Amino acid sequence: MRIKFQIKNFYFFYNGSPVLKDINLEINAGEILGVIGPAGSGKTTFLRSLNRMNELETDTRTEGTILMDGQNIYGKDVDVVSLRKKIGMVFAMPVPLPMSIYENVVYGPRLSGIKNKAELDHLVEKSLTEAFIWDEVKDRLKLSGLRLSGGQQQRLCLARTLAMRPEVILLDEPSSGLDPISTAKIEDALTLLKKEYTIILVTNNTKQAARVADRTAFFLMGEMVEEGTTSQIFTAPRKKETHDYITGRFG
Amino acid sequence: MRIDPRHTQKAAVAILAGATVLVLLILVFIIVFILEKGLPVVNLQFLTTNPQEMGRSGGIFPTIIGTIILPVVALLIATPLGVFTAVYLSEYTRENTLTRIIRFGTDCLAGIPSIIFGLFGYIFFVITLQMGWSIMAGSLTLAVMVLPTIIRTSEEAVRAVPKVYREVSFSLGASGWQTVRKVILPNALPGIVTGVMLSIGRSIGETAAVIFTAGSSLRIPTSAFDSVRTMAVHFYLLAREGISQENAYGTAATLIIAVLIVNLTAYWIMNRFIARRG
Amino acid sequence: MKLVGEKGVKRILMAVAFSAISALLLITLFIINEGLPFIFKYGIKDFLFASDWNPAQGKFGIFPMIAASLWVTFGAMIIGAPLGVAVALFLSEYAPRPLMKAVKPTIELLAAIPSVVYGFIGVVVLAPFIRSYFGGPGLSLLAGCIILGIMILPTVISISIDSIMAVPRSYREGSLALGATTWQTIHMVTIKASKSGIIASIILGLGRAVGETMAVIMVSGNSVNIPHAATDSVRTLTANIALEMSYATGMHREALFATGVVLFIGIIILNSFASVALRKRTAKR
Repeated sequence: MRIKFQIKNFYFFYNGSPVLKDINLEINAGEILGVIGPAGSGKTTFLRSLNRMNELETDTRTEGTILMDGQNIYGKDVDVVSLRKKIGMVFAMPVPLPMSIYENVVYGPRLSGIKNKAELDHLVEKSLTEAFIWDEVKDRLKLSGLRLSGGQQQRLCLARTLAMRPEVILLDEPSSGLDPISTAKIEDALTLLKKEYTIILVTNNTKQAARVADRTAFFLMGEMVEEGTTSQIFTAPRKKETHDYITGRFG
Repeated sequence: MRIDPRHTQKAAVAILAGATVLVLLILVFIIVFILEKGLPVVNLQFLTTNPQEMGRSGGIFPTIIGTIILPVVALLIATPLGVFTAVYLSEYTRENTLTRIIRFGTDCLAGIPSIIFGLFGYIFFVITLQMGWSIMAGSLTLAVMVLPTIIRTSEEAVRAVPKVYREVSFSLGASGWQTVRKVILPNALPGIVTGVMLSIGRSIGETAAVIFTAGSSLRIPTSAFDSVRTMAVHFYLLAREGISQENAYGTAATLIIAVLIVNLTAYWIMNRFIARRG
Repeated sequence: MKLVGEKGVKRILMAVAFSAISALLLITLFIINEGLPFIFKYGIKDFLFASDWNPAQGKFGIFPMIAASLWVTFGAMIIGAPLGVAVALFLSEYAPRPLMKAVKPTIELLAAIPSVVYGFIGVVVLAPFIRSYFGGPGLSLLAGCIILGIMILPTVISISIDSIMAVPRSYREGSLALGATTWQTIHMVTIKASKSGIIASIILGLGRAVGETMAVIMVSGNSVNIPHAATDSVRTLTANIALEMSYATGMHREALFATGVVLFIGIIILNSFASVALRKRTAKR
């Protein structure tokens, strides 16, 4: 297994207080890592540290390193814009940009300089297919993205990130507002996609992690309490907090 | 003695409804009064010929030119200035005391009487910068007068764009300026356009600031330094000097229709945009 | 093709913002610079509190104009505020929604009518009426109050409607569920909840009234005297500036700028009250 991310002694401070403390973790390529934990445990902050989206807030500070393919993404010479092109993100609320379906998907690639219409059309079909939504929208690509149902919108957002041909996909509770069928479709898509991508999935639904993730990490109050293969975490957790969370004692 | 609440309710409805009817009657009366006396005067000839005898007879063509040129030039200057200032303040700066002071300042300036802008324009543009009574002086004064409003409405429109859109754009690898161009401005456009159109409407009806900076020449302007008269100024002079009741009404009618058209266009554009966004 | 990088764009935008703000600053400083020295030279007390405005003899007491502006604004408020709030209440609480949606933009449209038109109507319709029924020259403080009151109606109505509509449904429903009538709900719950927004709308309307020039010149008579009756002719601060600006020179001109400074300060004070009221409204949520 090739290692994609190495997180070493990583701290994240917001307004002076530590939101993430001493995170040490390795994430493998071609795998889905599930990140579970109660609200406020730092899961989303951790996720957003991987594509440096946290810096959009004011008064933030980091310590430690996050290496992607051996390079520290917080290094001095790192171009954040190109970093983000390699790492795609799907947010908790489906947020289609207020444009047509087609425009949504080509938004990122166009900004990267792809202008050839044939190339863009091909990208659109490929991405929407990988997101399990091509058949539903192929005849109405000009329709506004806002007109789709919640589940369709979220798959559109997934397609949008895939169109960038990233190396990593980050998902922040992507099915939290969705019905079971849409959730299943997204999970199916992820299972197929992991072959080509590194996927990190934050979820507050432990059963989803159990279904889909290869490895799972449990976060609590800003610290990573435990990580391991999904089957090990769910059947034989090493730490008491992990066990309590999984069995529903809290959270 | 306690009055049955249902009776006070009835009384209240009657009073409130009465007030509404009264207000609507007043406002309708104003428009109808002007149009009824003015529209008969307005015909193609009235709109396209020059005034004779200082406006006692003839048409109002030069004033129409003036009414178009001044607001258009003013907004050509003020809109880019205002919109980009709003974008800078909202997207490229952190919220701090300085930005709060600037916002308070622009709010105040948006409320300053136009006569003060007229005073400023007269002393600064007409006299100190020696532009004389001219289109230049008039437009610059109007531009400066509507600038605070444009900054304010544009900033509100930009801030109203949901934060998530920015995050999505950034997460797809867009830079700050690309996000502004492709996501924020298109979404803020209805609000911005409304602010611009309202400012145009205000400029068209403006008299105090215009008469002291653009003057009141009845000649058709040939250069930016010529003086020019707008319909509002023309109307005011005709009425005050008692030159021609008839033409005054005609000018007023044309003026009101122009203003109504501009404002209705603004609403129409707003609604079109909102509908298109889905 | 990157003509200018991201940093370049930021610098350009900063320059634009800077120029725009400087232009606005320029005006403020210009007016203060032209007007303030005069106030100190002539003496604040003599300027603000003397009633002897006579430029030909070097006298610049603007008290009658201050009184006129205050009275006209106050009168406008008495007429415009209750009417405006009443209409806003009716349209938001009693009228069917489609009616409100049709009427509100219409009223806002009426805000766009140029002030010279209002003034003209005041002259040909209102002044003769006042002259016949109340005496006096007709062109008077009363005419000014009425016309200004009408002019501020769209502002008061529009913003008050926004405030009232913003009151959460749950407030109204809670009251009605307890058996209150609509009117009781309105005056016990809805008005209290939207109070700051309504007050802000009135203050903004007043701001417009204070700054009004053309309509006031046309209907108020423009005599320099402290009004003793509503039918007296008066001259406001704004009218004073407009009427004398074209031929004022030297100290006379400075006095007009100083009048501008007084207006400026008045508006700033009004605006501060409005901001406080508006802030209270959003803080409540």
